[in-house]
Amino acid sequence: MITVNGKQIPWESPVSVADYLEANGYKRNRIAVEINYEIVPKSQYETTFLQDNDVMEVVSFVGGG
Amino acid sequence: MGINEMEELRKIFLEDDIKQALNERHSVETQEKLSKGRVAIAGLGGLGSNVAFALARIGVGHLHLIDFDEVDLTNLNRQQYFLRHVGMKKTEALKEQLLLINPYLEIITDCVRVTEENLKELFRDEDIICEAFDDPDAKAILACGVLEHFPEKKLVSASGLAGYESSNLIHTRRVSRNFYLCGDEKTEAVYGRGLMAPRAALCAAHEANMITRLLLGEEDV
Repeated sequence: MITVNGKQIPWESPVSVADYLEANGYKRNRIAVEINYEIVPKSQYETTFLQDNDVMEVVSFVGGG
Repeated sequence: MGINEMEELRKIFLEDDIKQALNERHSVETQEKLSKGRVAIAGLGGLGSNVAFALARIGVGHLHLIDFDEVDLTNLNRQQYFLRHVGMKKTEALKEQLLLINPYLEIITDCVRVTEENLKELFRDEDIICEAFDDPDAKAILACGVLEHFPEKKLVSASGLAGYESSNLIHTRRVSRNFYLCGDEKTEAVYGRGLMAPRAALCAAHEANMITRLLLGEEDV
């Protein structure tokens, strides 16, 4: 299992952050991603793989201020 | 406001008078922490101008105001400016007003657009960074940049404050150790449900109060 934004999701094999984000419709330029409470730099989305028991938080920013 | 007017105010209201008034409201112990506070505010619109007003009023000693834009007539529905500020740089228009609340605050300004490149230099000197942009891409650039380059600094950010949905949907959440997020996390501005003063101020107050809590040593939301 991995936990994404508080929800548990079955984990089968390592998937890159980039692939996960794309498959789930996130806009790369409008988010911040943390895995196990550490920021994942955008430059490392392709090379960072989600492992079993990881806790990921994808914070989405919407316009307005 | 000219330098002379500011000098006049400083003669009428001495630093000690203002300090005493703040102490009377907040206590000496609390005010000492607030006066030592150093906060950067990035974006001086509906969020940032309201955050800055709140922090200036409680005497947060050092404020770093950052925005590339000028005051526009369409800003006045929610931002802390007056008609006479239209066309002025937001950094200057806001600084002027904050000094009218407390002329002894240290207020520094940067009229620039925050980029991945200038971020490391811009936010070097403050312990708490308030993300108060309007544009979602700019929000993400700042949040990602601060979390990556300044993991030891506190980041208070905002997302979702448009329209006139329930006040009670606006919340503060601690995303990770030094990352706080305020807003309803979903409502962006659309036709008929644009950005409006009441809800923008609500979200700004969430940010300002979280910053106040951090300055006073409270890390929970």
